[in-house]
Amino acid sequence: MDLNYSPEELGFRDEARAWLAANLPRALKEKVERYEHLSKDDLLSWHRILAAKGWVAPAWPKEWGGTGWNVVQRYLFEEELGYAGGPPLIPFGLSMCAPVLLQFGTDAQKKRFLPRIFKGEDFWCQGYSEPGSGSDLASLKTKAVRQGDHYVVNGQKIWTTLAHYADWIFCLVRTDSSDKRQEGISFVLIDMKTPGITIRPLILMDGAHEVNEVFFDDVKVPVENRVHDEGKGWTVAKYLLGYERMNTGRIGASKRELEKVKDFSKNISDIRFRDRLARLEVELMALEITNLRFLDRMRRTGQPPGADVSMLKIKGTEIQQGLTELALDAMDPAANDEFSVALRNRYLSMRKTTIYAGSNEIQRNIISKMTLGL
Amino acid sequence: MNFDYNEEQQLLADSLRRYLQAQYSFEQRKKLLDGGPEVWAKFAEMGLLALPLSPDYGGFGGGAVDLMAIMEAFGEALVVEPYLATVMASRLVARAGSAAQKSTVLPAVAEGRLKMAFAHLESGARYDLAAVKCAATKSGDHWIVEGEKKSVQLAPRLVVSARTSKGVALFLADAPKATPRRALDGFAEADLVFSGVKAEALEGGLAEIEETVDFATALICAEAVGAMKFSCDTTLEYLKTRKQFGVPIGTFQALQHRIVDMYIAHEQAKSMACLACSKIDTAENAKDRARAISAAKIKIADAARHVSHEAVQLHGGMGMSEEMKVSHAFRRLAVLARQFGDADHHLARFASL
Repeated sequence: MDLNYSPEELGFRDEARAWLAANLPRALKEKVERYEHLSKDDLLSWHRILAAKGWVAPAWPKEWGGTGWNVVQRYLFEEELGYAGGPPLIPFGLSMCAPVLLQFGTDAQKKRFLPRIFKGEDFWCQGYSEPGSGSDLASLKTKAVRQGDHYVVNGQKIWTTLAHYADWIFCLVRTDSSDKRQEGISFVLIDMKTPGITIRPLILMDGAHEVNEVFFDDVKVPVENRVHDEGKGWTVAKYLLGYERMNTGRIGASKRELEKVKDFSKNISDIRFRDRLARLEVELMALEITNLRFLDRMRRTGQPPGADVSMLKIKGTEIQQGLTELALDAMDPAANDEFSVALRNRYLSMRKTTIYAGSNEIQRNIISKMTLGL
Repeated sequence: MNFDYNEEQQLLADSLRRYLQAQYSFEQRKKLLDGGPEVWAKFAEMGLLALPLSPDYGGFGGGAVDLMAIMEAFGEALVVEPYLATVMASRLVARAGSAAQKSTVLPAVAEGRLKMAFAHLESGARYDLAAVKCAATKSGDHWIVEGEKKSVQLAPRLVVSARTSKGVALFLADAPKATPRRALDGFAEADLVFSGVKAEALEGGLAEIEETVDFATALICAEAVGAMKFSCDTTLEYLKTRKQFGVPIGTFQALQHRIVDMYIAHEQAKSMACLACSKIDTAENAKDRARAISAAKIKIADAARHVSHEAVQLHGGMGMSEEMKVSHAFRRLAVLARQFGDADHHLARFASL
């Protein structure tokens, strides 16, 4: 056991850090630092810079553009990416749809979609939640009825992040409405330009347009856009869950936020505040090492992440929220400049993190059932 | 970077666990509380006592990571032998002793012939390592120690801290006679009165004490992880077997989420114990070392409190019972959470670094 990075690992980190610092456009970095609204172009421009360097999808197999880095290198890079302070890489294509295609997709599907995801030519969103199906996702009702070489999709998705930017949506739909719950679900890819799709914005409490309702009204989806067998959508969704949770720690980004809060609050000497800040820093250290332990286990066993990685989602999101709360507490109550207003809104916005991607209560259910056997 | 125990570390931990399961069960432990020389002999035979000492004195030159798996196993079995006390005192001799002192003391420790303790704690000092009132004065070719030390584990030979004109210094002395008692966690200990006790000086002071206490803190982090693992495992077992309202109580979501939080606290504590032990062996300076140790102890103290409280609560009345090992794990964790500084103490230290 040695928790120190080797000289080679440190060299790798320094190289990544230097390149990211030199190639992240200043205007973009400042926008992110000020918590300003990020346009589709903002998001994609950083994606494309990384794609051109070949660093946008390190975890993919090499033949599809992955870097061939080992687990520790990938972690170091991700941390540096978060720490560099660029716009977030939108996960729906890169780290959600792509791993599914790589695992379950046909060769034709891989060839058609993966290069476009890599280059940032298609913007993806995720069609999971429905008005009546949040935590109980398997109760979803959006229906796909087979008609010849097409499915006809009818129903509604909700909380669809950045659907208003998206070219494609991957959806869980019901292809069998008999009593089977999970077995009646299939995973389909739908072109957002298909007639019959309507997007309606949902404005959240911070006033931002980030999520949407998406309505499907007799939307025709070619059968070739189904991933894995009909009725195997739940298998696909479960496979994705582990990888999704592996990426929710956001340690690099939280480190950067922590530094900002430290800098921002350096004039506050109240020991009660200093203690809360120190405690959150310790929480972040514990999360980082726990995350590394899980990566180390994946490296050693070659197994995908277990259900216990749900704790990364729980702890990571608690820390992200804790940081916004400390920032709010550190703020001058008299300040009403743009940055202060943005920070207050961020406090509102970050409440979403313990709700999305499987609420933290659902994460506890997962650990309880899958890891502890209750 | 890696988190593996190497083959030697793993083999030693496995054989220690097998021994403890066979000879140090909860029932056997009750009897051993009243003295068990065979346990110490077994520790010596397994090499546990030689492990942290230098090969020059019959040791294996092990660091905190080498001791980590042992301390975890001790924590699981709630071992109440003065192992850590002996490791601390012999570490001080190894770092501050003369060649003659080292060759007298260390081989005897390595072979299991000598138990030791570090007599440092005084009334009112709390966690301030510099708060030493015991005094030492030179008398011919030796020193005389005067004063009181509290809650010292039972051992015939001691390293004692005492104040001289140059500040806090370290001495080697025989333990004065005292009346033993059981501490909250079952360890045998005594308050010691030093009155005209003859002692030999070691070449060291506060810096050596701080280093050794940081080292010991890393080790008790690992021990606490073991005690937490036991507490989580036994509580999970209880939730699966205890029936109320006609079903196992583990089917209730209110309890499921609570044991998940215990499990997470234990995992995070384990991460921090890895950090503490790894940094003790490799930290480049006292500040890096202290920062990692304090961060770890904050998290371990919090987790020990959380896990021990919940383990008792989820056991219901049974958790309160003297007959249940879980109540003894509660006692041990209550002590470990505070030993060498509670969360508040380490938070203040961490924030100041």
